[in-house]
Amino acid sequence: MHKSFKNVKADFPILRVEVNGNPLVYLDNGATTQKPQVVIDAISRYYSSYNSNIHRGNHTLSMQATDAHESARRKVRDFINAASEREIIFTRGTTESINLVAFSFGEAFVQAGDEIITTEMEHHSNFVPWQLLCQRKGAHFKVLPMDQNGELDLAAFKSLLTERTKLVAVTQVSNALGTVNPLEKIITLAHSVGAAVLVDGAQGVQHLAHDVRGMDVDFYAFSGHKMYAPTGIGVLYGKEKWLEQMPPYQSGGEMIEQVTISGTTFNTLPFKFEAGTPNIEGPIGLAAAIDYLAQFDPCELQTYEEDLLDYTMERLGSIPELTIYGNPKKRSSIVSFNVKGIQHYDMGMLLDLSGIAVRTGHHCAQPIMDKFGIPGTVRASLAIYNTYEDMDALIEGVLRVKKRLGK
Amino acid sequence: MRTIQEIQKQLIDDFSLLENGNEKFDYLIDLGQSMPELDADQKSEANLVKGCQSSVWFSIKSEDERLYIKADSDSLIVKGIAAMLVQIFSGQKAVDILAADMGFIEQIGLWRQLSSQRGNGLTAMLTHIRASAEVCCKH
Repeated sequence: MHKSFKNVKADFPILRVEVNGNPLVYLDNGATTQKPQVVIDAISRYYSSYNSNIHRGNHTLSMQATDAHESARRKVRDFINAASEREIIFTRGTTESINLVAFSFGEAFVQAGDEIITTEMEHHSNFVPWQLLCQRKGAHFKVLPMDQNGELDLAAFKSLLTERTKLVAVTQVSNALGTVNPLEKIITLAHSVGAAVLVDGAQGVQHLAHDVRGMDVDFYAFSGHKMYAPTGIGVLYGKEKWLEQMPPYQSGGEMIEQVTISGTTFNTLPFKFEAGTPNIEGPIGLAAAIDYLAQFDPCELQTYEEDLLDYTMERLGSIPELTIYGNPKKRSSIVSFNVKGIQHYDMGMLLDLSGIAVRTGHHCAQPIMDKFGIPGTVRASLAIYNTYEDMDALIEGVLRVKKRLGK
Repeated sequence: MRTIQEIQKQLIDDFSLLENGNEKFDYLIDLGQSMPELDADQKSEANLVKGCQSSVWFSIKSEDERLYIKADSDSLIVKGIAAMLVQIFSGQKAVDILAADMGFIEQIGLWRQLSSQRGNGLTAMLTHIRASAEVCCKH
């Protein structure tokens, strides 16, 4: 029997707080989600009963902490259907996961004249690391364009791919528009020229399917804090055949096998990529979040969030002089809009006075804003605990701001 | 002309009459709306204090050791903040601007909101005005 969506809010203590005298309506989930009590408890239990440094410890607490850390890794492996826990690297978040690949894959496989393809709809974190890699190596930085609907141009993608394309970096879901990209087609096309594919799953993993072997993706990056786990923990999945050949990203403790004055040999996967004492409570919190999500039927979860988003889009769309950006065939969890004559920042500040939390600005996706010729948008992004009442509060809030500013 | 301190005190008094965030923001928005728009040529790159969320422009002229300031923003709230700074500093002597105590910002009770903007919060605007005052003093 799966858990119902009726009373999910009760699992998240922060959703009971008041903001500016109003009950909190939290619609900034694309930036970070709130944490259920079970995640908070798991972290608290770690610090109050078995905190210790992990690996190579021969005392009880250290072994207990190591067990929890490594069992979290296996949990992540199963969660994304990876073949082995050696393919699960813990990082600080999506950004670090992508930077790791840009550095280490770049060192191993990218040479002057090679090509990296990313897209116009990426978050800066899946854009700038590739731009810098190309500058470092003298490689070509190619950007796949997006149309006015907020969809990638697959015909253009075919013509961009060549034998020299080493890697394609693409997001699962656009953080600014909510577009769901056709990953299967992109991955198949990229593989046909021998290019590896990195998928930025930061906005996808908590809402959509995340079967890395099913997708046949080479690298998949995501953050814990956008999927109900704490900040400071992220995951890089990489196929073992790539990770084995890639040099370490950072060096220090944990990741070495043997150090002598004449040289150093490195630990095996995944530890080769985890230098220094890791964020131990991070994976423990992430494992608790995965367990929490496992109570829901994944199909029902997707349907619930899709219906909620459809409802929001429909109601927002009925507000005069309100523009919703992008019109993709498939959209997930995110809607970006502006009201004519009202600056996005003003909208955000005034909604906050009613306790409604949204994000405003360019959402670290300036090429998208350039495409639409705007400095920024108001972005509402939803999560598992949001309700139809939350969405009504948003709509009423927008109407109030509109009236207040005489628009 | 009233001193910087007198104008600041007036603003603190005005804000103290406003009971909650809603009223304070309404007041700021009114301040912003009542300030004339800058001409397009004054919205230049040199006059821009660029931020993550909005743009604010300061057109600053110095004459007889005093600064004369006009401002504009695409955000009404930011324009309201800029309008307060215009009220306080425009027409004042550059030396007085550099010596001014900025304590009023915390006392009007909007410090968290007004300073939260990356790039062109109140602090960046003040830095911009102070830089012009320093140039004025050197000449």
